[in-house]
Amino acid sequence: MRKLFLPLTKEEKLSLRAGDCVLLSGTVYTARDCAHRRIFELLDADMPLPFSLKDAYIYYAGPCPAPEGFATGSCGPTTSARMNVFAPRLLDLGLGGMIGKGEMSGEVVAALVRNHAVYFAAVGGAGALYANAVKKSTLVAFPELLSEAVYRFEVEDFPAVVAADCRGETIYKR
Amino acid sequence: MKIVETSTIGEAVRRLALKACSRLTCDCREALAAARKQEDGAARFALDTVLENEAIAQRIGMPVCQDTGMACVLIELGQEVSLSGMPLSDAVNEGVRRAYEEGNFRKSICDPLTRVNTGDNTPAYLHVELVAGDGVKITFLPKGFGSENMSRIGMLTPAEGRQGIVDFIVEAVQKAGSRPCPPVVVGVGIGGSFDSCAYLAKRALTRPIESHNGREDVASIEREALEKINALGIGAQGFGGKISALSVLAEVAPTHIAGLPVAVNIQCHCVRCERETL
Repeated sequence: MRKLFLPLTKEEKLSLRAGDCVLLSGTVYTARDCAHRRIFELLDADMPLPFSLKDAYIYYAGPCPAPEGFATGSCGPTTSARMNVFAPRLLDLGLGGMIGKGEMSGEVVAALVRNHAVYFAAVGGAGALYANAVKKSTLVAFPELLSEAVYRFEVEDFPAVVAADCRGETIYKR
Repeated sequence: MKIVETSTIGEAVRRLALKACSRLTCDCREALAAARKQEDGAARFALDTVLENEAIAQRIGMPVCQDTGMACVLIELGQEVSLSGMPLSDAVNEGVRRAYEEGNFRKSICDPLTRVNTGDNTPAYLHVELVAGDGVKITFLPKGFGSENMSRIGMLTPAEGRQGIVDFIVEAVQKAGSRPCPPVVVGVGIGGSFDSCAYLAKRALTRPIESHNGREDVASIEREALEKINALGIGAQGFGGKISALSVLAEVAPTHIAGLPVAVNIQCHCVRCERETL
């Protein structure tokens, strides 16, 4: 499997094809429903964000609490389609890509194409395996959201599939 | 009259929750392993990952999926049992609270409007059915919402009949597509009222994956729907493939002469369900 290091260069992104199985290493930020709403409130109020969107990768996930000796608890992907309403604006602001599960809307795919970004699918239901791939976790924002808070994960050899590439091809049948 | 302390039931709920979130059911594991043999490419990669994940979960003592679900507790309570102690729902919630804390499980329950988390995964979904005898049978089903969100209910007309039922089931799975973590298990309720039909669908999900309804006409709906779902080509995680559902499990109840309710409760491939009889 091809190993990729985040953030990806434009050339690397252009070389990826929907259906490619890859191992991701680098930094990702967890965010799901509530965290996205908060980020949008900050954007609307012209307030600073808890992390820079430029070339960042968002992992749609809400982990379990970390047991003793682990960076995080079980942390597989959540259903990305719920973030269809949020992703295009974040991509237009420079987000490098997202990791989640399941197909996203045509609007999201169009935003991936115009921003040369990539959407990766992690395997849903594989929470323990993904927890093993997280080497370090830091709480970044919204601690009151508990598992829905934003965490910065340093991941190593995190298995994923290119679900939508920068040409707008997806692995999903329409 | 047999006397059962509700705290004993709460303790059983705690035990069942700890076990349920940490492993797949045997029949689910077997069905996934069988599905894996039929797939290739990304779908096979997804199934391999899921099977490897369970082994890792067992080894490092973590829940198989981070969505440790809404705690669904189904109790068949013998009517010769007299409950004593704290209210049953409090005992069940206490069992859930303890298990989710001890097991490092995610607390996923929140207010529907403010979205503020209750912090301990309570209240549990509790359904008590009174049955004959003096047993207390407790089933624990941690229900993830990626799949729950894809569930549907339809108030069909009697004229739509058997074909309408099959079409409604298949359409629900098709619309869900890649989102509920396929290959799914499809719980189906046929008949009853608007609400009892939905419960039948949920209860169906506690049946073994390989089981068939004892009524041949219902079993034939299960078979036909499964065949049509697997012809959709959704595949594991929506990556395309032959196996989009592991099983269709249908339950029926008498309904009104004017109606034909059909409920489809979708379960992801991560089937976790434990039971115990006190």
